Amino acid sequence: MTSQEVRLCGLLLREHFGDVVEKVGTHLLKSGAQNLRTIIHETGISLDLVKKSLCVLVQHGACVFSPGRKGRGSPTEYVASCDRILRILRYPRYIYTAKTLYGDTGELIIEELLQRGHMTLSNTVKTVADRLTQNMEEGHSMDYSEVSSAFSKLVETHFLQRCPPPAGAGSKDSTTEPTPESFPDCYKMPHVTLVGRGKRQLSTEDGEEQRNAKKARLAIEVGTHGDEGIYWQVNLERFHLHFRDQTIISAVANKLDQTSSEIVRTMLRMSEVTTSPAATCTKPLSANEIFRSLPSGYNIPRPILDQYLTLLVDDPMEFVGKAGESGGGMFVVNLDRALANLARATLESVVQERFGSRSARIFRLLLRKRHLEQKQVEDFAMIPAKEAKEMLYTLLSQNLVQLQEIPKTADFAPSRTFYLYTVNQLPTARMLLQNCYKTVANLIERRLFESKESKRLLEKSQRIEAILASLQASGAEPEQLTEVEEMITAPEKQQLDALRLHINKLDSAENQVDETIFLLESYINSTASSTS
Amino acid sequence: MAGKGRGVAAFTFNIEALGIGRGSMPEARVGPSPLFPNTDFKPVPLKAGEDEDYMLALKQEMRGAMQRLPHNIKFESNKSEVERYTEKYLKYSQMEDEQWIPDWNLFPKELMPQKKKPHAKPGTKRKTVKLSRKETEDMLNKLDELSKKDDGNPEKSDDEAEKKKGNADEEEDVEEEEYDEEDIEEENDYIESYFDNGEDFAAGSDDNMDGEATY
Repeated sequence: MTSQEVRLCGLLLREHFGDVVEKVGTHLLKSGAQNLRTIIHETGISLDLVKKSLCVLVQHGACVFSPGRKGRGSPTEYVASCDRILRILRYPRYIYTAKTLYGDTGELIIEELLQRGHMTLSNTVKTVADRLTQNMEEGHSMDYSEVSSAFSKLVETHFLQRCPPPAGAGSKDSTTEPTPESFPDCYKMPHVTLVGRGKRQLSTEDGEEQRNAKKARLAIEVGTHGDEGIYWQVNLERFHLHFRDQTIISAVANKLDQTSSEIVRTMLRMSEVTTSPAATCTKPLSANEIFRSLPSGYNIPRPILDQYLTLLVDDPMEFVGKAGESGGGMFVVNLDRALANLARATLESVVQERFGSRSARIFRLLLRKRHLEQKQVEDFAMIPAKEAKEMLYTLLSQNLVQLQEIPKTADFAPSRTFYLYTVNQLPTARMLLQNCYKTVANLIERRLFESKESKRLLEKSQRIEAILASLQASGAEPEQLTEVEEMITAPEKQQLDALRLHINKLDSAENQVDETIFLLESYINSTASSTS
Repeated sequence: MAGKGRGVAAFTFNIEALGIGRGSMPEARVGPSPLFPNTDFKPVPLKAGEDEDYMLALKQEMRGAMQRLPHNIKFESNKSEVERYTEKYLKYSQMEDEQWIPDWNLFPKELMPQKKKPHAKPGTKRKTVKLSRKETEDMLNKLDELSKKDDGNPEKSDDEAEKKKGNADEEEDVEEEEYDEEDIEEENDYIESYFDNGEDFAAGSDDNMDGEATY
């Protein structure tokens, strides 16, 4: 829980859940496991606000509670998890992926579940059907069965999973918390038949009465379906596996060509169900199987496929490896090595963009040759001595390159010691990951600063939009509308446009830094699991 | 600091071994590094495409939606007395389901909001409570002790008495207040007959109770 991570988590919590949850959340992150009384005492927030914030955090999976450590009578303790809060940054990517795979219905299901934390099947289906009906034309409405079928498809491919039952409900002396995977019915759909269609919300003047009527209706309808107590949440790990596969495929497409990326995509698709999430490489697939499973659009003859596979195996990025000769050759996709190489490429490009291509040449040299002396660096990189020295020292001062001392004698005398320059990939990747967190936090702060500067202007434009909307709904003449629109003067409009441009840029930058964060995090996690 | 006076940069070892000549040393630092240093290389422009635009729109929508959901908790602020005209239009954008009730099976019980039991003001009608005889005797004894102990802290005696009886019925609180108040009123200088302690009169004069905390 580094300070950069805590700062970023605080900003994300503030933006999405409000100031109170931010205070409680950051306090929990900094101090580890605490019980309710301590939280109230140390944050100074009132009891019911703290209770509500904790409910919100638990609902969204950002906080887990467990019985106290001191035995059965001690109060429950709450632990906040930094990783889960940082995932909020990636929500748009999850929703967009669901859209590409399962269409608008899937997109809305994932969006609702991400916004609410966890929900029952029936609630989700109803809400999504209502939202879809809103956007459809008059007279059409969305059937519940379509939404249910999209939901079950998501569950089949493990993108959604059931929430684990509460820790205290099951066996009393289990000290470990049940993970969602250990629950046997994790991916089983409940036997619920939902019949109905989405309801269109009428936009009438008396919205108040409609709202009250709807509330009464909801209160009656709750409890009529058979799946009470079964809550579903989004399986973020499965999305991460999907992103990892996508990254590998696009890397192959960039480095080689489209056909090889199709081959790799086929291999990954075939091994989706047989590969465990922590595996270092997929199960071996024979060339015959790959040939049979290629998509029908790609009519490449068998010898060409063999040539492609040989090319992929020989490529220095080591995406595909050969595991045997039976069945025309057994091939695996090296997931871990691919991730490591992709992370290495990211580090190299960071150095190139910050320090220039010659420094990047030195960096790549050190990555490949591991340890080099000053003189050797100058010779291998073919850079004049003085410039090479300066670049090396700049990299050293930024901690991208480390110095290793190898003594010739026991007393480490400087004239009799070798000083070798080296690059360690894993610690450098961790350092860059922290830099990424700091970057995103800075971007968010700058965006908040920009909005705060022009707060008055933004409020004015919001009010005018609201007035326009209500005027249009009640049917006003065009002159009235133009009159209201002219309440914003031309220079103010320019200022608003510039502000929108800045905010869009900052937001888009956050999304794209998150892609780098994902890559570096996957690499670091893959090395962590392999060494343990 | 050997050699400080003799040479500016005198090292304890032979500098040639590192491959650095005397002349090629970088300049000495004169202060902390600047907060926003100049970058020689400008950053790469952002990716711009359909996917990125769509994700940008998703992100901004999601932010707006989550700020309107009941999950978003704000500190209590003092609302201004008069509602501004334009706020009526802004209210249309509020989400309908203001109340979010979590499923208490999944949450620890201590997070349930405790309903504030309205402590009945003295003088209002109370439900008669069937107490076992032993309990009433105990209560009376304890209350007598308490009233003798602290004359000047009516609040404290209330709290202590209520805490002790916390395990028993809640409605006993109501009975206790009646007893405590009678004890306290005797301490005043006011003659009781002046102050008509009728049923509906006292309900309106709650604020005048001496030091009695109103709930």
